[in-house]
Amino acid sequence: MTTKKFRPDVDAPEWKGGHTPYDILKEGTIALAIVLALVIVLAVVFGSPDEKAITLKAWSTADPVDFATTAFSELNGTSTTASYGAPYNHNGPSQQIGPLQLEKWVGVRIPLNTATDFVINPLKALPNEPALDADLVHYQSASSSTRARWFNAYAKGATNMKYRHGTVVVNATGAGPVPVMINDLTTMARSGALDQDLVGGNDFFTTDYTESLLFLSDGQYLANVATEQHLAGDQWGMMNETGNYPGQAWLWLYAFWYQVAPFNNSGNGDALVWGVMMLLSLILLFVPFIPGLRSIPRRLRIYRLIWREHYRDSGGA
Amino acid sequence: MSSEEIDRQWTTRLRRKVAGKLPPEKLLPDTQPSYVASWIYVFGVATLAALGVVIGTGCILALRGPQWWHGSSYGHFVNSLHLWSVEVFMFSMVIHLWGKFAMAAWRGGRMLTWMTGVVLFLASVATCFTGYAIQSNFDSQWITTQAKDGINATGAGAYFNVLNFGQMLMWHIVLMPLVLVLITGMHILLVRAKGVVPPFEDDLVPAAKITRVSE
Repeated sequence: MTTKKFRPDVDAPEWKGGHTPYDILKEGTIALAIVLALVIVLAVVFGSPDEKAITLKAWSTADPVDFATTAFSELNGTSTTASYGAPYNHNGPSQQIGPLQLEKWVGVRIPLNTATDFVINPLKALPNEPALDADLVHYQSASSSTRARWFNAYAKGATNMKYRHGTVVVNATGAGPVPVMINDLTTMARSGALDQDLVGGNDFFTTDYTESLLFLSDGQYLANVATEQHLAGDQWGMMNETGNYPGQAWLWLYAFWYQVAPFNNSGNGDALVWGVMMLLSLILLFVPFIPGLRSIPRRLRIYRLIWREHYRDSGGA
Repeated sequence: MSSEEIDRQWTTRLRRKVAGKLPPEKLLPDTQPSYVASWIYVFGVATLAALGVVIGTGCILALRGPQWWHGSSYGHFVNSLHLWSVEVFMFSMVIHLWGKFAMAAWRGGRMLTWMTGVVLFLASVATCFTGYAIQSNFDSQWITTQAKDGINATGAGAYFNVLNFGQMLMWHIVLMPLVLVLITGMHILLVRAKGVVPPFEDDLVPAAKITRVSE
């Protein structure tokens, strides 16, 4: 038997007081019944949201100019995905926390070439398009400087891009096959064929929507709809749900960091926020071992409210 | 076989250890310390009950597949039950967590109970996220395309691809529930083995501040 100093934030006194009857199975059954009843009432009264997913067909039909502009950015390598970096490609800087470049160290594990995967290969899949096939051969056999010239010419004209009578209209003299490619991809998207090609491009059976979602998120349309639904990052969207439903409210702290500097204006914002949240999670996990932090409950004295009956009965109040 | 040989068996030793730590009267108690008398204790059992409803409604959704609820009013209702049971589950868990913090419930050798609780909270957040990711509607499109940046920034996105519906579905209905149920079981057994943390010795009882701890 050893004697050591009682540490009030680590040790607990042995309970030598009384006990009361406790039917643990009855308590569990009653709790389940009450929770089930509450959930049924909430489900009947409020239901749950189900905003239909946006297809590439719906996007290109509702906003063909945005779609065509995005398609061009995938082709010339200026879209968010095209210049993302790891894990999709080597075209962008990876985020880092100080010297830690986790994104870069892990490397390109989901390789994507937006020009090939989002534009050229889908167009190649279109049957009976000899003129387009010739344009694709022309495009692929061109030098990078020639393509750059075409891109520049198309980009100048694209500032006044219109969509009229089923055609993407861009005044882009000297843009080579680019106008035809972008127009045909837009037509393909409006038919619904691009949705199928990007999802099922690799196999008959698939459950991987990486390419479709990246393409969709490179445009403005998805973000505009999300902003209307108060889901944008600066609207604390992480915690929200479509309509007036509660979302992942427990992400409030995670969402909070994105509202304040330096997280909201840093190129490494995501990495920094994750770093902070991981650190805070570790602190929460190891609170019992951290002097000072583990004393907070005793100093806050909220426990006196929780155990008020005990303190009242023991005369310690 | 000698009794000494039986005593050395792994099974025998495990049974004796479990019986020592968790005798039936601790595992299924019929009394509790009189200080366990506060509304805050409700939220622990409420969390557990809500988890039961979450798993039950999730199983019904699993029976008919991930697209069912979009085209069936019954399926939509089950989805609503699933959503609201998750909201009740997370609400109860957060109150339970902060209640236990206010009680410094790690005292008296209950550190592992606290830590399994925190891991459960973090695992629940991840499980909820994968659930939101597999709704296969606009919400999941937006959530996954936004969340990928954060997860990619950690390097995990290369292996945990939130844009891969099939992968997220498997995480949500197989891997994460397995983790949650296992850790929940461990958490409950720890609570039963160690008991509910007693109140702080009050400032007005200085004599109690020095006690003997036997080892």
